[in-house]
Amino acid sequence: MEALLSLVIGILTACGVYLILRTRTFPVVLGLTLLSYSVNLFLFSMGRLTIGHPPIISPSAPGYADPLPQALVLTAIVISFAMTAFVIMLALKARAELGNDHVDGGRRK
Amino acid sequence: MSHLVIAPILLPLLAGIALLLLRPFAIEMRRLLGLFAVAGQVALAIALLNRVRTGDILTYALGGWAPPFGIVLVADRLAAWMLLITTLLALFALLHAARGSDVRGRHFHVLFQLQLFGLNGAFLTGDLFNLFVFFEILLLASYGLLLHGGGRQRTRAGLHFVVINLAGSTLFLFAIGTLYGVLGTLNLADLSRQASTLPARDLGPVQSAGLLLFAVFALKSALLPMHLWLPAAYASASASVAALFAIMTKVGAYGILRLETLVFGDNTGPLSGLIQTWMLPLALLTMVIGMLGVLAADTLRRQVAYLVVVSVGMLLTAFGLGSAAGIAAGLYYLPHTTFAAGAFFLLADAIARRRGEFGDRLEAEIALSDRHLLGALYFLVALLIAGLPPLSGFLGKWLTLQAALLHPWREWVIAAILVTGLFGIIALARSGSLLFYRSVAIEPGLDDVPTTVPVRELLPATALILLCGALVIWAGAADDFTRATAEQLLQPDDYLRAVLELTRGFAS
Repeated sequence: MEALLSLVIGILTACGVYLILRTRTFPVVLGLTLLSYSVNLFLFSMGRLTIGHPPIISPSAPGYADPLPQALVLTAIVISFAMTAFVIMLALKARAELGNDHVDGGRRK
Repeated sequence: MSHLVIAPILLPLLAGIALLLLRPFAIEMRRLLGLFAVAGQVALAIALLNRVRTGDILTYALGGWAPPFGIVLVADRLAAWMLLITTLLALFALLHAARGSDVRGRHFHVLFQLQLFGLNGAFLTGDLFNLFVFFEILLLASYGLLLHGGGRQRTRAGLHFVVINLAGSTLFLFAIGTLYGVLGTLNLADLSRQASTLPARDLGPVQSAGLLLFAVFALKSALLPMHLWLPAAYASASASVAALFAIMTKVGAYGILRLETLVFGDNTGPLSGLIQTWMLPLALLTMVIGMLGVLAADTLRRQVAYLVVVSVGMLLTAFGLGSAAGIAAGLYYLPHTTFAAGAFFLLADAIARRRGEFGDRLEAEIALSDRHLLGALYFLVALLIAGLPPLSGFLGKWLTLQAALLHPWREWVIAAILVTGLFGIIALARSGSLLFYRSVAIEPGLDDVPTTVPVRELLPATALILLCGALVIWAGAADDFTRATAEQLLQPDDYLRAVLELTRGFAS
């Protein structure tokens, strides 16, 4: 499972980096989203991969899942959600004001 | 546990919320509320500085959760010093905005307070993830402030600024995740303790996480090669926002300094000096490349923005020396460069508004009113920024050069500082002569140039210059304080003890 998860995180990050370097704003937004997905998965896995274990103290528990990465991921998801909304609005504004969706505002300089 | 520590975070947050609710009310009232809130933060920063001046470290466990499990706020000399600089700069930036530029966007005052909320929180927090959250808060507010006033130029610069900072935030999270995965903690004091007893097999991941964090802070502070976002963003922001942004690069420098001394300091064995080996060469290169930008700039605001890049190089050179004297010199240079850059942005705007359609383009033969007053202020700011005696820029440079004498790289450091200083003088003298000596007086018949811009609006810039003057007059006291701060930073045991005592207090 570790190999699969690291493969997924790696592919997501690579796609995100590739898309961020594109010249149109929409792929860039998608790239940022993919990057935030990959980092969220990464944060999750930092509490070690456990299945079926409770995150709170219980006398019958055979082991525990680390609850802190889950709290961190929740915060990171909220923040990246807000940031994505903002960057989409900004990209739309740039499209309206600059007349095209090139990240540098078009060739006319 | 003193509640004073959290007050500088709560005040701007509550003021921001109040300002959001009070939007239907008159702008004068909201301005007054915003100004009172910032003045209150200055008072809180002074009170906090007074409490930690003797070397005490105040801690505050949020929600009563003991560290390292809960989030802890820590106020030491460095945090209080940064708070005071931020709030003073913000006060004068807001005074400038209150002259009328704040009505060009709907939520200027709310965003301004939230920006301070993020800044104050970033300086006070003692938890790495909490630092990330405060960084996001201050960045989100800064996106709004950067776009304040609208316009194509701002939108284009804003898009770059937002995207590069979002990529930086992702790197920040990767670094935090790696550190937590290996060390199992995010509390800075606990990280420092865990790092000093790190088994050799975990060295690789922690080193890569440390360098990732350094990259993130270098991005925020516009260190080479990640400085390219800064000139466009700062040159296109409105004047009071650009003045406030003068502190933004210093947040990155603060993060580097905190990390370098606390987690990767001398006491952490194989990890010590991890950041320093990269920092000094990059800082020196930043200074040189930034100065090339200063020389090549075609507008005054772009020139000031590149001067901010140069000052970041200078600041991180001082920090990168690693000695107590170097860090102390950097901490003396930090308020000077923040206030001087803030004053310069405000002044550049005042000049641009008096030149009509020519704005701040560096061209000769353009009509300019209030030439003598503006010229005198420009002369003072140029002296400050170029680091000529008798003003505070010279003292900061002098202290840095003195500290550099004991460093093995002294030839490179001294050469870079002196040569960029010389080019700075040349560039500023050339812009000054283009703007003032070779301008023409206003002819009475000419009506396309605004002549009636009130002189009063220059008061905030003048006040910032006076603050730099105060740094000269009380240079002895400031130097003593920054030296004590540097000593405290290089002895992280006190910091660890203060935080871990809190843990023990909860256990008993």
